Amino acid sequence: MTLLIKNGYVKDPGSRLDKKLDILIKNNKIAEIKETIEEKDHQIVDASGMIICPGFIDMHVHLRDPGQEHKETIETGSKAAAAGGFTSVACMPNTYPVNDNSGITKYIISKAKKSASVNLFPIAALSIGQKGEILTEMADLADAGAIAFSDDGMPVSNSQLMRRGLEYAKGLGTLIIEHCEDLDLSSDGVMNEGHNSYLLGLRGIPDYSEDVMVARNIILAEKTKAPLHLAHISTQGSVELIKSAKNKGIPITSEVTPHHLFLDDSLLTSYNTNLKVNPPIRTKQDNQSLIMAVKQGIIDVFATDHAPHSQDEKDVEFNEAPFGINGLETAVSLILDKLVHKKVISLDKMIEMFSCKPAKILGLENKGKIKVGAAADLTLLDTEKKITVDVKKFQSKSRNNPFHDWKLRGAPVMTVVSGKIVYSSLKKPSSSQ
Amino acid sequence: MKEKIKARVMDSRKIKRAFNRMATEITERNRDLNNLVIIGIRTRGVHIAKRIANLIKEYDNIDVPVGILDITLYRDDFSELEDKHIVKKTEINFSIENKNVLLVDDVLFTGRTIRAAMDSLIDLGRPKTIQLLVFIDRGHKELPIRADYTGKSLPTSRREQVKVKLKEIDKKDEVLITEPGGIE
Amino acid sequence: MSFKKKHLLGIQPLTKSEILTILNTAESLKEISKREVKKVPVLRGKTIINLFFEPSTRTRSSFELAAKRLSADISSFSKTTSSAVKGETLKDTVLNLEAMQTDALIIRHSASGTPHFLSTFCQSHVINAGDGTHEHPTQALLDAFTIREAKKRLKGLKVVIVGDILHSRVARSNVFLLKKMGAQVLLVGPPALVPPEMSQLGAEIDHDMDRAVKKADVIMMLRIQMERQQKNYFPSIREYRQLYSLTPKRFETAHKKAIIMHPGPINRDVEISTHLADSIKSVILKQVENGIAIRMAVLYLLLGGKERDFTD
Repeated sequence: MTLLIKNGYVKDPGSRLDKKLDILIKNNKIAEIKETIEEKDHQIVDASGMIICPGFIDMHVHLRDPGQEHKETIETGSKAAAAGGFTSVACMPNTYPVNDNSGITKYIISKAKKSASVNLFPIAALSIGQKGEILTEMADLADAGAIAFSDDGMPVSNSQLMRRGLEYAKGLGTLIIEHCEDLDLSSDGVMNEGHNSYLLGLRGIPDYSEDVMVARNIILAEKTKAPLHLAHISTQGSVELIKSAKNKGIPITSEVTPHHLFLDDSLLTSYNTNLKVNPPIRTKQDNQSLIMAVKQGIIDVFATDHAPHSQDEKDVEFNEAPFGINGLETAVSLILDKLVHKKVISLDKMIEMFSCKPAKILGLENKGKIKVGAAADLTLLDTEKKITVDVKKFQSKSRNNPFHDWKLRGAPVMTVVSGKIVYSSLKKPSSSQ
Repeated sequence: MKEKIKARVMDSRKIKRAFNRMATEITERNRDLNNLVIIGIRTRGVHIAKRIANLIKEYDNIDVPVGILDITLYRDDFSELEDKHIVKKTEINFSIENKNVLLVDDVLFTGRTIRAAMDSLIDLGRPKTIQLLVFIDRGHKELPIRADYTGKSLPTSRREQVKVKLKEIDKKDEVLITEPGGIE
Repeated sequence: MSFKKKHLLGIQPLTKSEILTILNTAESLKEISKREVKKVPVLRGKTIINLFFEPSTRTRSSFELAAKRLSADISSFSKTTSSAVKGETLKDTVLNLEAMQTDALIIRHSASGTPHFLSTFCQSHVINAGDGTHEHPTQALLDAFTIREAKKRLKGLKVVIVGDILHSRVARSNVFLLKKMGAQVLLVGPPALVPPEMSQLGAEIDHDMDRAVKKADVIMMLRIQMERQQKNYFPSIREYRQLYSLTPKRFETAHKKAIIMHPGPINRDVEISTHLADSIKSVILKQVENGIAIRMAVLYLLLGGKERDFTD
């Protein structure tokens, strides 16, 4: 079965492709990339007016499977990813049971094979049960298919454990991803500590709860010379620390979510639990600082930290609601509308941050590029398409997304994974005679 | 709502004569003026009550205590009032237990205000008797209530309004009949 | 003067005019509690539920008596007697109660924002009797009423509030109200309990009590919870008392006609010397008395008369 995508504008900053090109896909791989490819008897998609990018990768999602399938499953989560323009996702291990042994990793991979619409790369736990005491069998897990290691949901509070983890991961050539938070400073906070938390009488999580751990982690990465990726950066302080770390050549990479870029804590006066997330939504200054950091390349990638919860779970008093924001189906439109169209970053840079760079950080050799012989993972964008976010139409099981009713310009319109169209809002492909 | 004046039925002279007549009636019918107390219903009933008390003092040199009754909390018809919500103070600084209470209001219309006033009085104590003085009785009663002393009986139609203006608050004494409608 | 809101969620949403309406109405209703028959029929037939998820005898009985004096029917539910014990969510508990045709729900809960949450799905009027560390509007109203009674005004007064401001809904509501009415508020306590950013709420901050109480017109002492010591907000009760207790010596430097307030219950000789608590300058018991009048006023303004269009 062959698929011919015609008339699209191909943009792959990695391979320096930046023109109108036809792409022919055969046997799940990219077979030809040429200015004009004859129609013959392929399935044809007319991508006029669309931008064709290397498939986007979200390296931070929570799929809740196994154990909390009422919130999301591998099947529904991957459908959501596809609808959001993502061809690959890396899923975090804080499931029930935790993905801290190869049995669970293999379960996830096998379920993905059966029911996932996109490529799924499990991230395994760094410590057993994510308890922060004993390292997991990282080599065994890597063998089973784990792409990286993290205790996300929790920080690794014990610095000695983090040090040992980094040393060991370096030896294996694998990556650790860290959720930076000082649990004691966060205490029982539920939103960003500041004027608004004082106003609303809600316990606050100070921004330096993240900063102190970012600082610690940077020092450990420096001393062990091991690569470390910092998850969901949310503060001005973190940005400054990462900037100076990069200047020193320390192997730190980082990610930022759309909600930390575009929402601030003054919105919480409504006590809307869809704004309750960890790390919390911070101030406008933090927003500005993060946007500047994206512009200057201090932050490497976008990631959603997609954290689905059921409606009942969120429909309670603010203190009781679980932390988490659903993000797969709004991320790309938000970045297009608020960063690319506002000329903060170029479209090329956005594509880098959604595909080439995550691929590089995760060590995915053949992803994040449009190249003959590479897997046919493609994200097609219509940068002018106007949408109004409607959470009721989401593919995800969950609805806890704070961007409902937002009007955005730009959206993913087709997602191709291994040569198969897993999402499309374009006309159905036609076959030529 | 704009209103226009239909008729001016009493001027200050007529009003003065009505007050004198009523005060005389009261002193005639109440042998023991020392057991009398006067309670005016807010707002204009209060001023009428005070004038009556002053006249009694003039005629018989007796200080009859005057109290102020706010019946907002006893109404059964909130829609009748404009400022429906404002509840003002009830100020009755004496006991009404076993007293002859003279209840005073400016206009007797449906009778509901007086019913509310009586309910309120009974919550405040147990008067020996309750008599009612109204300055204008305009008909259209909905309850079996009648005044003991009336300044003037005035037949009116339902859509008309009777305005008792007193110089204590309205700068002059007069009684007007108005009706809705009218030009700027 | 008017009151057109459906709920009383806090002081913040109220205008100055609405606050005055409540205070003036309370003034008119106060005498009802002095009668022999302490009842008027205005809320006859209205059903009110007291939903108290935090323990309270004072506020709860104050609301109960206020409702009963206006002839309403009132029923009280507490955390231990409600099905919350069986794991029922708050939303379900409230929906079940509303199914019994309630007119108003008075809610006290340890989670800030709970009354806001209820107002998003309740048909009944929602009255905030204290939500977490957010607001306690009827307390601030009765405090303002008491101050006005003693001082004949609110504007321009120097009001000093001392204690665990960070965790105090009483402090927040008072700051909002007093600021709207033109008073000057000074918040005093140990730095961890009175963080500098809180001045953005509209008050000044001082960590030195001796300096703060000079020339104060009103000194409001807040209860200090012993648990705060465990979290290292201050080293010990002994030290706290040393620095922040209202002693006769400190009180001497206040304005000659200063009054002492406390929302209760008092820790005698911790926040306030026992002698001062009972002195003539203390209006603490008046606060309790006025609480009934204020709560009657709130119930009357929300529930009295016909249902009409609300502005909130």
